[in-house]
Amino acid sequence: MTITDKTKRVLLQLAFWAGLLALWQGLASAYGPEILPGPAQTARGGWELLADGTLPSYIGISFSRVLLGWSLGSLIAIPLGLLIGRVGAIRAFAEPFLNFIRFIPPIAFITLFLIWFGIGETSKVMLILYATLFIVLLNTLTGVLSVEEDRIRSARSMGASDWQIVRHVVVPATVPYMFTGIRLAMGTSFMAIIGAEMIASNEGVGYLIWNSRLFFRTDWIFVGLISLGLMGFVTDRAVALLGRKLLGRYGVVSTGSLRR
Amino acid sequence: MGTAMRKAQGQAAEEAAERRAAKAAAMRTAHTSEPAAAQQRQAAEAGHEIDIHQLSKSYPHAGGGEPQHILREVDLTVRSGEFFILLGPSGCGKSTLLGLIAGFVAKTSGRLRVGEREVERPGPDRAVVFQQADSSLFPWLTVRENVEFGLRMKKTKAPERRAISDRYIGLVGLTGHEDKFPRELSGGMKQRVQLARVLANDPAILLMDEPFGALDAMTRRTMQRELVRIWRDTGKTVIFVTHDIQEALLLGGRIGIMSPGPSSRISDIYDVALAYPRDIADPAFHELHARIQGHFDE
Repeated sequence: MTITDKTKRVLLQLAFWAGLLALWQGLASAYGPEILPGPAQTARGGWELLADGTLPSYIGISFSRVLLGWSLGSLIAIPLGLLIGRVGAIRAFAEPFLNFIRFIPPIAFITLFLIWFGIGETSKVMLILYATLFIVLLNTLTGVLSVEEDRIRSARSMGASDWQIVRHVVVPATVPYMFTGIRLAMGTSFMAIIGAEMIASNEGVGYLIWNSRLFFRTDWIFVGLISLGLMGFVTDRAVALLGRKLLGRYGVVSTGSLRR
Repeated sequence: MGTAMRKAQGQAAEEAAERRAAKAAAMRTAHTSEPAAAQQRQAAEAGHEIDIHQLSKSYPHAGGGEPQHILREVDLTVRSGEFFILLGPSGCGKSTLLGLIAGFVAKTSGRLRVGEREVERPGPDRAVVFQQADSSLFPWLTVRENVEFGLRMKKTKAPERRAISDRYIGLVGLTGHEDKFPRELSGGMKQRVQLARVLANDPAILLMDEPFGALDAMTRRTMQRELVRIWRDTGKTVIFVTHDIQEALLLGGRIGIMSPGPSSRISDIYDVALAYPRDIADPAFHELHARIQGHFDE
Protein backbone atom coordinates (compact mmCIF):
# COMPACT_ATOMS: atom_id res chain seq x y z
CA MET A 1 0.00 0.00 0.00
CA THR A 2 1.29 3.47 -0.82
CA ILE A 3 1.52 6.40 1.59
CA THR A 4 -1.37 8.22 -0.07
CA ASP A 5 -3.63 5.21 0.47
CA LYS A 6 -2.77 5.20 4.14
CA THR A 7 -3.32 8.94 4.55
CA LYS A 8 -6.64 8.63 2.80
CA ARG A 9 -7.72 5.90 5.17
CA VAL A 10 -6.72 7.88 8.27
CA LEU A 11 -8.59 10.93 6.97
CA LEU A 12 -11.70 8.84 6.32
CA GLN A 13 -11.52 7.44 9.84
CA LEU A 14 -11.21 10.95 11.32
CA ALA A 15 -14.15 12.14 9.24
CA PHE A 16 -16.20 9.19 10.47
CA TRP A 17 -15.53 9.93 14.13
CA ALA A 18 -16.15 13.65 13.66
CA GLY A 19 -19.46 12.84 11.98
CA LEU A 20 -20.43 10.53 14.80
CA LEU A 21 -19.67 13.21 17.42
CA ALA A 22 -21.68 15.78 15.43
CA LEU A 23 -24.64 13.38 15.20
CA TRP A 24 -24.41 12.69 18.92
CA GLN A 25 -24.35 16.44 19.71
CA GLY A 26 -27.29 17.03 17.38
CA LEU A 27 -29.39 14.33 18.99
CA ALA A 28 -28.42 15.55 22.47
CA SER A 29 -29.56 19.09 21.65
CA ALA A 30 -32.85 17.75 20.32
CA TYR A 31 -33.69 15.54 23.31
CA GLY A 32 -32.17 17.45 26.18
CA PRO A 33 -29.36 16.51 28.58
CA GLU A 34 -31.49 14.39 30.99
CA ILE A 35 -32.27 11.90 28.25
CA LEU A 36 -29.15 12.12 26.12
CA PRO A 37 -26.11 14.03 27.42
CA GLY A 38 -23.98 15.47 24.60
CA PRO A 39 -20.24 14.94 24.10
CA ALA A 40 -19.31 18.13 25.92
CA GLN A 41 -21.42 17.29 28.95
CA THR A 42 -20.09 13.72 29.01
CA ALA A 43 -16.56 15.07 28.89
CA ARG A 44 -17.32 17.37 31.86
CA GLY A 45 -18.83 14.43 33.79
CA GLY A 46 -15.80 12.34 32.93
CA TRP A 47 -13.48 15.05 34.16
CA GLU A 48 -15.36 15.21 37.50
CA LEU A 49 -14.98 11.47 37.99
CA LEU A 50 -11.34 11.58 36.93
CA ALA A 51 -10.50 14.51 39.18
CA ASP A 52 -11.91 12.95 42.36
CA GLY A 53 -10.20 9.64 41.53
CA THR A 54 -13.40 7.60 41.27
CA LEU A 55 -13.02 6.61 37.64
CA PRO A 56 -9.39 5.43 37.75
CA SER A 57 -10.02 3.41 40.90
CA TYR A 58 -13.21 1.84 39.51
CA ILE A 59 -11.49 0.96 36.22
CA GLY A 60 -8.63 -0.54 38.20
CA ILE A 61 -11.00 -2.61 40.32
CA SER A 62 -13.00 -3.95 37.37
CA PHE A 63 -9.78 -4.68 35.49
CA SER A 64 -8.17 -6.59 38.32
CA ARG A 65 -11.30 -8.72 38.82
CA VAL A 66 -11.40 -9.53 35.11
CA LEU A 67 -7.68 -10.25 34.83
CA LEU A 68 -7.63 -12.52 37.88
CA GLY A 69 -10.70 -14.57 36.95
CA TRP A 70 -9.70 -14.69 33.30
CA SER A 71 -6.15 -15.89 33.92
CA LEU A 72 -7.27 -18.47 36.48
CA GLY A 73 -10.02 -19.68 34.14
CA SER A 74 -7.60 -20.03 31.22
CA LEU A 75 -5.03 -21.83 33.37
CA ILE A 76 -7.60 -24.39 34.43
CA ALA A 77 -9.30 -24.68 31.03
CA ILE A 78 -6.22 -25.44 28.90
CA PRO A 79 -5.06 -28.62 30.70
CA LEU A 80 -8.69 -29.76 31.01
CA GLY A 81 -9.26 -29.24 27.29
CA LEU A 82 -6.09 -31.20 26.46
CA LEU A 83 -7.12 -34.04 28.74
CA ILE A 84 -10.67 -34.24 27.39
CA GLY A 85 -9.40 -33.99 23.82
CA ARG A 86 -6.80 -36.76 24.18
CA VAL A 87 -8.76 -39.27 26.28
CA GLY A 88 -11.74 -40.64 24.40
CA ALA A 89 -13.34 -42.18 27.48
CA ILE A 90 -13.40 -38.85 29.33
CA ARG A 91 -14.61 -37.06 26.20
CA ALA A 92 -17.63 -39.34 25.87
CA PHE A 93 -18.85 -38.13 29.28
CA ALA A 94 -17.64 -34.55 29.13
CA GLU A 95 -18.90 -33.53 25.73
CA PRO A 96 -22.68 -33.67 26.38
CA PHE A 97 -22.17 -31.90 29.70
CA LEU A 98 -20.07 -29.15 28.09
CA ASN A 99 -22.61 -28.66 25.34
CA PHE A 100 -25.34 -28.29 27.94
CA ILE A 101 -23.59 -25.92 30.32
CA ARG A 102 -22.10 -23.62 27.69
CA PHE A 103 -25.59 -22.28 26.97
CA ILE A 104 -26.01 -20.98 30.51
CA PRO A 105 -24.70 -17.41 30.55
CA PRO A 106 -22.53 -16.37 33.53
CA ILE A 107 -25.00 -13.65 34.61
CA ALA A 108 -27.59 -16.36 35.33
CA PHE A 109 -25.31 -17.67 38.06
CA ILE A 110 -24.84 -14.39 39.93
CA THR A 111 -27.30 -15.07 42.75
CA LEU A 112 -26.04 -18.61 43.28
CA PHE A 113 -22.42 -17.48 43.26
CA LEU A 114 -23.24 -14.80 45.85
CA ILE A 115 -24.73 -17.47 48.10
CA TRP A 116 -21.86 -19.90 47.52
CA PHE A 117 -18.88 -17.54 47.57
CA GLY A 118 -20.15 -14.52 49.56
CA ILE A 119 -20.58 -10.92 48.48
CA GLY A 120 -16.83 -10.21 48.48
CA GLU A 121 -14.30 -10.47 45.68
CA THR A 122 -14.44 -14.27 45.47
CA SER A 123 -17.89 -14.45 43.92
CA LYS A 124 -16.95 -11.95 41.20
CA VAL A 125 -13.68 -13.66 40.37
CA MET A 126 -15.45 -17.02 40.29
CA LEU A 127 -18.04 -15.60 37.89
CA ILE A 128 -15.31 -14.44 35.48
CA LEU A 129 -13.58 -17.77 35.90
CA TYR A 130 -16.79 -19.52 34.90
CA ALA A 131 -17.26 -17.18 31.94
CA THR A 132 -13.71 -17.90 30.75
CA LEU A 133 -13.49 -21.60 31.53
CA PHE A 134 -15.93 -23.03 29.03
CA ILE A 135 -14.94 -20.84 26.11
CA VAL A 136 -11.23 -21.62 26.48
CA LEU A 137 -11.94 -25.28 27.20
CA LEU A 138 -14.12 -25.78 24.14
CA ASN A 139 -11.66 -24.00 21.88
CA THR A 140 -8.73 -26.04 23.23
CA LEU A 141 -10.77 -29.21 22.76
CA THR A 142 -11.56 -28.29 19.15
CA GLY A 143 -7.87 -27.63 18.58
CA VAL A 144 -6.81 -30.99 20.00
CA LEU A 145 -9.35 -32.80 17.84
CA SER A 146 -8.17 -31.04 14.69
CA VAL A 147 -4.46 -31.89 14.98
CA GLU A 148 -3.48 -33.53 11.68
CA GLU A 149 -3.22 -37.30 12.06
CA ASP A 150 -0.06 -37.31 9.88
CA ARG A 151 1.74 -35.07 12.38
CA ILE A 152 1.00 -37.43 15.26
CA ARG A 153 1.93 -40.43 13.15
CA SER A 154 5.20 -38.90 12.01
CA ALA A 155 6.13 -38.05 15.61
CA ARG A 156 5.29 -41.58 16.67
CA SER A 157 7.46 -43.09 13.93
CA MET A 158 10.30 -40.87 15.08
CA GLY A 159 10.09 -42.52 18.48
CA ALA A 160 7.99 -40.01 20.46
CA SER A 161 6.13 -41.39 23.48
CA ASP A 162 2.47 -40.54 24.20
CA TRP A 163 3.50 -37.83 26.63
CA GLN A 164 6.06 -36.41 24.17
CA ILE A 165 3.39 -36.33 21.48
CA VAL A 166 1.11 -34.27 23.72
CA ARG A 167 3.91 -31.93 24.73
CA HIS A 168 5.72 -31.52 21.42
CA VAL A 169 2.93 -31.97 18.87
CA VAL A 170 -0.57 -31.56 20.31
CA VAL A 171 0.13 -28.52 22.49
CA PRO A 172 2.00 -26.47 19.86
CA ALA A 173 -0.55 -27.41 17.18
CA THR A 174 -3.38 -26.28 19.48
CA VAL A 175 -1.88 -22.92 20.48
CA PRO A 176 -3.84 -20.87 17.91
CA TYR A 177 -7.12 -22.39 19.15
CA MET A 178 -6.24 -21.75 22.79
CA PHE A 179 -5.36 -18.20 21.91
CA THR A 180 -8.65 -17.60 20.09
CA GLY A 181 -10.51 -18.97 23.11
CA ILE A 182 -8.58 -16.73 25.50
CA ARG A 183 -9.26 -13.70 23.36
CA LEU A 184 -12.99 -14.44 23.04
CA ALA A 185 -13.21 -15.10 26.77
CA MET A 186 -11.91 -11.60 27.48
CA GLY A 187 -15.09 -10.18 25.90
CA THR A 188 -17.39 -12.45 27.86
CA SER A 189 -15.51 -11.62 31.05
CA PHE A 190 -16.25 -7.92 30.63
CA MET A 191 -19.95 -8.66 30.15
CA ALA A 192 -20.00 -10.87 33.23
CA ILE A 193 -18.18 -8.42 35.50
CA ILE A 194 -20.47 -5.52 34.61
CA GLY A 195 -23.51 -7.63 35.43
CA ALA A 196 -22.00 -8.73 38.73
CA GLU A 197 -20.97 -5.19 39.69
CA MET A 198 -24.43 -3.83 38.89
CA ILE A 199 -26.11 -6.33 41.15
CA ALA A 200 -23.68 -6.86 43.98
CA SER A 201 -20.85 -4.40 44.40
CA ASN A 202 -19.97 -0.99 45.82
CA GLU A 203 -17.15 -0.34 43.38
CA GLY A 204 -16.28 -0.89 39.74
CA VAL A 205 -17.43 0.39 36.38
CA GLY A 206 -20.64 -1.67 36.52
CA TYR A 207 -21.45 -0.12 39.87
CA LEU A 208 -20.79 3.36 38.42
CA ILE A 209 -23.21 2.76 35.54
CA TRP A 210 -25.90 1.33 37.80
CA ASN A 211 -25.50 3.80 40.66
CA SER A 212 -25.56 6.93 38.46
CA ARG A 213 -29.27 6.41 37.99
CA LEU A 214 -29.85 7.46 41.60
CA PHE A 215 -28.41 10.91 40.88
CA PHE A 216 -29.93 11.07 37.42
CA ARG A 217 -26.41 11.52 36.01
CA THR A 218 -26.86 10.11 32.53
CA ASP A 219 -23.53 11.70 31.61
CA TRP A 220 -21.79 9.43 34.18
CA ILE A 221 -23.50 6.45 32.57
CA PHE A 222 -22.00 7.51 29.27
CA VAL A 223 -18.59 7.85 30.92
CA GLY A 224 -18.98 4.28 32.20
CA LEU A 225 -19.98 2.98 28.78
CA ILE A 226 -17.10 4.69 27.02
CA SER A 227 -14.65 3.42 29.67
CA LEU A 228 -15.91 -0.11 29.07
CA GLY A 229 -15.43 0.20 25.33
CA LEU A 230 -11.91 1.53 25.79
CA MET A 231 -10.98 -1.11 28.38
CA GLY A 232 -12.14 -3.88 26.07
CA PHE A 233 -10.43 -2.37 23.04
CA VAL A 234 -7.11 -1.81 24.80
CA THR A 235 -7.01 -5.29 26.37
CA ASP A 236 -7.96 -7.00 23.13
CA ARG A 237 -5.26 -5.16 21.23
CA ALA A 238 -2.71 -5.86 23.95
CA VAL A 239 -3.56 -9.57 23.96
CA ALA A 240 -3.47 -9.71 20.15
CA LEU A 241 -0.09 -7.96 20.08
CA LEU A 242 1.35 -10.26 22.73
CA GLY A 243 0.02 -13.25 20.83
CA ARG A 244 1.60 -12.11 17.61
CA LYS A 245 4.94 -11.33 19.22
CA LEU A 246 5.25 -14.38 21.46
CA LEU A 247 3.26 -17.03 19.60
CA GLY A 248 3.89 -16.08 15.96
CA ARG A 249 5.72 -19.33 15.21
CA TYR A 250 2.65 -21.33 16.25
CA GLY A 251 0.56 -19.59 13.62
CA VAL A 252 -1.08 -16.91 15.79
CA VAL A 253 -1.24 -14.11 13.25
CA SER A 254 -4.57 -12.36 13.93
CA THR A 255 -4.18 -8.61 13.88
CA GLY A 256 -7.64 -7.13 13.52
CA SER A 257 -10.22 -7.37 16.24
CA LEU A 258 -12.08 -10.62 16.62
CA ARG A 259 -15.74 -11.01 15.69
CA ARG A 260 -17.83 -11.95 18.68
CA MET B 1 3.84 -4.04 -7.90
CA GLY B 2 0.99 -6.39 -8.84
CA THR B 3 0.30 -9.45 -6.72
CA ALA B 4 0.48 -11.78 -9.70
CA MET B 5 3.91 -10.44 -10.62
CA ARG B 6 5.21 -10.79 -7.08
CA LYS B 7 3.90 -14.33 -7.00
CA ALA B 8 5.61 -15.18 -10.27
CA GLN B 9 8.88 -13.73 -8.99
CA GLY B 10 8.56 -15.67 -5.77
CA GLN B 11 8.08 -18.85 -7.74
CA ALA B 12 11.09 -18.15 -9.92
CA ALA B 13 13.17 -17.55 -6.79
CA GLU B 14 11.93 -20.82 -5.31
CA GLU B 15 12.83 -22.71 -8.43
CA ALA B 16 16.26 -21.14 -8.47
CA ALA B 17 16.75 -22.14 -4.82
CA GLU B 18 15.63 -25.64 -5.72
CA ARG B 19 18.24 -25.87 -8.48
CA ARG B 20 21.00 -24.50 -6.25
CA ALA B 21 20.10 -26.99 -3.55
CA ALA B 22 20.24 -29.88 -6.02
CA LYS B 23 23.60 -28.73 -7.34
CA ALA B 24 25.11 -28.26 -3.89
CA ALA B 25 23.92 -31.69 -2.85
CA ALA B 26 25.24 -33.32 -6.02
CA MET B 27 28.65 -31.78 -5.38
CA ARG B 28 28.62 -33.14 -1.86
CA THR B 29 27.95 -36.63 -3.06
CA ALA B 30 30.91 -36.53 -5.36
CA HIS B 31 33.07 -36.12 -2.26
CA THR B 32 31.36 -38.41 0.18
CA SER B 33 30.00 -41.43 -1.63
CA GLU B 34 32.36 -44.34 -1.34
CA PRO B 35 30.98 -47.68 -2.44
CA ALA B 36 32.86 -49.49 0.32
CA ALA B 37 31.31 -47.34 3.05
CA ALA B 38 27.84 -47.82 1.58
CA GLN B 39 28.36 -51.56 1.46
CA GLN B 40 29.51 -51.60 5.06
CA ARG B 41 26.44 -49.73 6.16
CA GLN B 42 24.25 -52.04 4.18
CA ALA B 43 25.81 -55.05 5.85
CA ALA B 44 25.31 -53.51 9.29
CA GLU B 45 21.64 -53.05 8.57
CA ALA B 46 21.04 -56.58 7.36
CA GLY B 47 18.46 -58.26 9.53
CA HIS B 48 15.87 -55.66 8.63
CA GLU B 49 14.34 -57.80 5.94
CA ILE B 50 10.61 -57.29 5.55
CA ASP B 51 8.76 -60.58 5.57
CA ILE B 52 5.07 -60.51 4.62
CA HIS B 53 3.14 -63.76 4.35
CA GLN B 54 -0.59 -64.24 3.69
CA LEU B 55 -1.21 -60.74 5.08
CA SER B 56 -4.84 -59.61 4.99
CA LYS B 57 -6.62 -56.47 6.03
CA SER B 58 -10.36 -56.07 6.11
CA TYR B 59 -12.79 -53.70 7.76
CA PRO B 60 -16.09 -54.90 9.20
CA HIS B 61 -19.07 -53.83 7.13
CA ALA B 62 -21.01 -50.97 8.72
CA GLY B 63 -24.34 -52.79 8.42
CA GLY B 64 -22.99 -56.05 9.81
CA GLY B 65 -22.78 -57.74 6.41
CA GLU B 66 -19.77 -59.13 4.56
CA PRO B 67 -16.54 -57.45 5.73
CA GLN B 68 -14.72 -55.24 3.26
CA HIS B 69 -11.44 -56.84 2.17
CA ILE B 70 -8.78 -54.27 1.32
CA LEU B 71 -5.81 -56.62 1.09
CA ARG B 72 -6.08 -60.36 0.79
CA GLU B 73 -3.21 -62.78 1.35
CA VAL B 74 -0.36 -60.54 0.31
CA ASP B 75 3.05 -62.24 0.03
CA LEU B 76 6.19 -60.16 -0.21
CA THR B 77 9.81 -60.21 0.90
CA VAL B 78 11.85 -57.03 0.73
CA ARG B 79 15.58 -57.43 1.25
CA SER B 80 17.69 -55.09 3.30
CA GLY B 81 18.96 -52.14 1.26
CA GLU B 82 16.53 -52.70 -1.59
CA PHE B 83 14.57 -50.00 -3.40
CA PHE B 84 11.12 -51.56 -3.75
CA ILE B 85 8.19 -49.96 -5.53
CA LEU B 86 4.53 -50.66 -4.81
CA LEU B 87 2.76 -49.78 -8.03
CA GLY B 88 -0.97 -49.83 -8.52
CA PRO B 89 -4.06 -47.84 -9.44
CA SER B 90 -5.78 -45.53 -6.95
CA GLY B 91 -7.72 -47.33 -4.25
CA CYS B 92 -5.87 -50.64 -4.61
CA GLY B 93 -4.68 -50.58 -1.01
CA LYS B 94 -1.02 -49.72 -1.55
CA SER B 95 -1.16 -47.01 1.11
CA THR B 96 -2.89 -49.46 3.45
CA LEU B 97 -0.03 -51.91 2.93
CA LEU B 98 2.46 -49.13 3.70
CA GLY B 99 0.43 -48.19 6.80
CA LEU B 100 0.55 -51.81 7.94
CA ILE B 101 4.34 -51.93 7.62
CA ALA B 102 4.61 -48.57 9.39
CA GLY B 103 2.49 -49.92 12.24
CA PHE B 104 -0.25 -47.29 11.87
CA VAL B 105 -2.83 -49.86 10.79
CA ALA B 106 -3.47 -53.19 12.55
CA LYS B 107 -3.51 -56.30 10.36
CA THR B 108 -6.48 -58.65 10.26
CA SER B 109 -4.48 -61.84 9.70
CA GLY B 110 -1.18 -63.16 8.34
CA ARG B 111 2.45 -62.52 9.12
CA LEU B 112 4.22 -59.14 8.98
CA ARG B 113 7.76 -59.09 10.27
CA VAL B 114 10.62 -56.65 10.11
CA GLY B 115 13.79 -58.52 10.96
CA GLU B 116 12.74 -61.07 13.55
CA ARG B 117 10.05 -58.90 15.09
CA GLU B 118 6.34 -58.92 14.35
CA VAL B 119 5.14 -55.38 13.56
CA GLU B 120 2.64 -54.15 16.13
CA ARG B 121 3.20 -50.43 16.40
CA PRO B 122 5.20 -47.63 14.77
CA GLY B 123 8.90 -47.70 15.53
CA PRO B 124 11.98 -45.59 14.79
CA ASP B 125 13.39 -48.40 12.61
CA ARG B 126 10.66 -47.61 10.03
CA ALA B 127 10.54 -43.98 8.96
CA VAL B 128 7.61 -42.57 7.02
CA VAL B 129 7.73 -39.83 4.40
CA PHE B 130 4.19 -38.61 3.83
CA GLN B 131 2.69 -37.35 0.60
CA GLN B 132 1.62 -34.05 2.18
CA ALA B 133 4.55 -32.24 3.78
CA ASP B 134 2.20 -29.50 4.99
CA SER B 135 0.29 -31.82 7.25
CA SER B 136 3.27 -33.82 8.50
CA LEU B 137 6.08 -31.30 9.09
CA PHE B 138 5.86 -29.22 12.27
CA PRO B 139 5.12 -25.69 11.07
CA TRP B 140 6.13 -24.14 14.41
CA LEU B 141 9.66 -25.52 14.12
CA THR B 142 12.43 -24.34 11.82
CA VAL B 143 14.01 -26.66 9.26
CA ARG B 144 16.78 -27.53 11.72
CA GLU B 145 14.33 -28.08 14.61
CA ASN B 146 12.20 -30.32 12.39
CA VAL B 147 15.23 -32.38 11.46
CA GLU B 148 16.31 -32.62 15.11
CA PHE B 149 12.84 -33.63 16.34
CA GLY B 150 13.48 -37.36 16.64
CA LEU B 151 16.86 -36.75 18.27
CA ARG B 152 15.26 -34.46 20.85
CA MET B 153 12.71 -37.17 21.64
CA LYS B 154 15.66 -39.51 22.27
CA LYS B 155 17.27 -36.80 24.43
CA THR B 156 20.40 -36.63 22.29
CA LYS B 157 22.75 -33.89 23.50
CA ALA B 158 22.64 -30.58 21.64
CA PRO B 159 26.13 -30.66 20.05
CA GLU B 160 25.59 -34.16 18.68
CA ARG B 161 22.12 -33.18 17.49
CA ARG B 162 23.59 -30.27 15.65
CA ALA B 163 26.26 -32.37 13.98
CA ILE B 164 23.66 -34.88 12.78
CA SER B 165 21.22 -32.24 11.55
CA ASP B 166 24.04 -30.42 9.75
CA ARG B 167 24.94 -33.64 8.00
CA TYR B 168 21.44 -34.53 6.80
CA ILE B 169 20.43 -30.99 5.93
CA GLY B 170 23.56 -31.00 3.77
CA LEU B 171 22.74 -34.39 2.31
CA VAL B 172 19.34 -33.21 1.06
CA GLY B 173 20.83 -29.93 -0.16
CA LEU B 174 19.18 -27.51 2.26
CA THR B 175 22.32 -25.95 3.73
CA GLY B 176 21.63 -22.25 4.25
CA HIS B 177 17.91 -22.81 4.90
CA GLU B 178 18.30 -24.16 8.47
CA ASP B 179 16.51 -21.29 10.20
CA LYS B 180 13.57 -21.02 7.83
CA PHE B 181 10.11 -22.21 8.73
CA PRO B 182 8.36 -24.75 6.46
CA ARG B 183 5.91 -22.12 5.20
CA GLU B 184 8.87 -20.23 3.68
CA LEU B 185 9.87 -23.22 1.54
CA SER B 186 8.68 -24.53 -1.82
CA GLY B 187 6.97 -27.91 -2.14
CA GLY B 188 10.14 -29.70 -3.21
CA MET B 189 12.17 -28.20 -0.38
CA LYS B 190 9.53 -29.27 2.14
CA GLN B 191 9.88 -32.86 0.92
CA ARG B 192 13.65 -32.52 1.33
CA VAL B 193 13.02 -31.50 4.95
CA GLN B 194 10.84 -34.58 5.43
CA LEU B 195 13.64 -36.75 4.06
CA ALA B 196 16.31 -35.15 6.24
CA ARG B 197 14.01 -35.36 9.25
CA VAL B 198 13.55 -39.11 8.97
CA LEU B 199 17.16 -39.84 7.94
CA ALA B 200 18.44 -38.06 11.07
CA ASN B 201 16.91 -40.87 13.15
CA ASP B 202 18.95 -43.42 11.20
CA PRO B 203 16.02 -45.72 10.37
CA ALA B 204 16.63 -49.03 8.58
CA ILE B 205 13.61 -48.61 6.31
CA LEU B 206 12.09 -45.61 4.55
CA LEU B 207 8.39 -45.90 3.78
CA MET B 208 7.39 -43.32 1.20
CA ASP B 209 3.76 -42.72 0.23
CA GLU B 210 3.70 -40.92 -3.13
CA PRO B 211 5.99 -38.24 -1.72
CA PHE B 212 6.39 -36.44 -5.05
CA GLY B 213 2.75 -36.70 -6.11
CA ALA B 214 1.96 -33.11 -5.22
CA LEU B 215 5.02 -31.58 -6.90
CA ASP B 216 5.21 -29.99 -10.33
CA ALA B 217 6.75 -32.13 -13.08
CA MET B 218 10.16 -30.44 -13.09
CA THR B 219 10.65 -30.49 -9.33
CA ARG B 220 9.51 -34.10 -9.31
CA ARG B 221 12.28 -35.11 -11.73
CA THR B 222 14.87 -33.36 -9.58
CA MET B 223 13.57 -35.03 -6.44
CA GLN B 224 13.56 -38.46 -8.10
CA ARG B 225 17.25 -38.08 -9.03
CA GLU B 226 18.01 -36.82 -5.54
CA LEU B 227 16.25 -39.71 -3.88
CA VAL B 228 18.20 -42.28 -5.90
CA ARG B 229 21.42 -40.49 -4.94
CA ILE B 230 20.48 -40.41 -1.24
CA TRP B 231 19.40 -44.05 -1.31
CA ARG B 232 22.71 -45.13 -2.86
CA ASP B 233 24.56 -42.92 -0.42
CA THR B 234 22.87 -44.24 2.72
CA GLY B 235 22.03 -47.82 1.78
CA LYS B 236 18.59 -47.71 3.41
CA THR B 237 15.76 -50.01 2.44
CA VAL B 238 13.11 -47.98 0.61
CA ILE B 239 9.50 -48.94 0.00
CA PHE B 240 7.99 -46.39 -2.33
CA VAL B 241 4.30 -46.19 -3.23
CA THR B 242 3.30 -44.69 -6.57
CA HIS B 243 0.74 -44.99 -9.34
CA ASP B 244 3.16 -43.54 -11.92
CA ILE B 245 4.86 -46.24 -14.04
CA GLN B 246 7.61 -43.92 -15.22
CA GLU B 247 8.43 -42.92 -11.66
CA ALA B 248 8.50 -46.58 -10.67
CA LEU B 249 10.97 -47.38 -13.46
CA LEU B 250 13.19 -44.39 -12.72
CA LEU B 251 13.56 -45.34 -9.06
CA GLY B 252 12.94 -48.97 -8.28
CA GLY B 253 15.17 -52.02 -8.13
CA ARG B 254 12.05 -54.16 -8.08
CA ILE B 255 8.48 -53.20 -8.82
CA GLY B 256 5.54 -54.97 -7.20
CA ILE B 257 2.33 -54.64 -9.18
CA MET B 258 -0.78 -54.52 -7.06
CA SER B 259 -4.01 -55.86 -8.46
CA PRO B 260 -7.00 -53.49 -8.40
CA GLY B 261 -8.98 -53.51 -5.14
CA PRO B 262 -10.91 -54.75 -3.30
CA SER B 263 -9.11 -57.90 -2.11
CA SER B 264 -5.91 -56.56 -3.60
CA ARG B 265 -2.61 -58.42 -3.57
CA ILE B 266 0.79 -58.24 -5.27
CA SER B 267 0.15 -59.94 -8.59
CA ASP B 268 3.56 -59.62 -10.29
CA ILE B 269 7.05 -58.47 -9.43
CA TYR B 270 9.42 -56.99 -12.01
CA ASP B 271 13.18 -56.81 -11.64
CA VAL B 272 14.49 -53.61 -13.12
CA ALA B 273 18.02 -54.46 -14.18
CA LEU B 274 18.80 -51.01 -15.58
CA ALA B 275 21.75 -49.02 -14.29
CA TYR B 276 21.25 -45.72 -12.42
CA PRO B 277 20.75 -42.95 -13.36
CA ARG B 278 18.06 -44.25 -15.65
CA ASP B 279 17.23 -42.83 -19.00
CA ILE B 280 13.62 -42.68 -20.19
CA ALA B 281 14.87 -42.69 -23.80
CA ASP B 282 16.55 -46.10 -23.29
CA PRO B 283 14.73 -48.76 -25.42
CA ALA B 284 14.89 -51.23 -22.51
CA PHE B 285 13.17 -48.66 -20.29
CA HIS B 286 10.54 -48.22 -22.94
CA GLU B 287 9.97 -51.92 -23.33
CA LEU B 288 9.50 -52.45 -19.58
CA HIS B 289 7.16 -49.47 -19.44
CA ALA B 290 4.98 -51.02 -22.13
CA ARG B 291 4.94 -54.40 -20.41
CA ILE B 292 3.91 -52.92 -17.07
CA GLN B 293 1.34 -50.69 -18.75
CA GLY B 294 -0.20 -53.89 -20.11
CA HIS B 295 -1.24 -54.87 -16.56
CA PHE B 296 -3.39 -51.82 -16.20
CA ASP B 297 -4.92 -51.74 -19.66
CA GLU B 298 -7.13 -54.79 -19.27
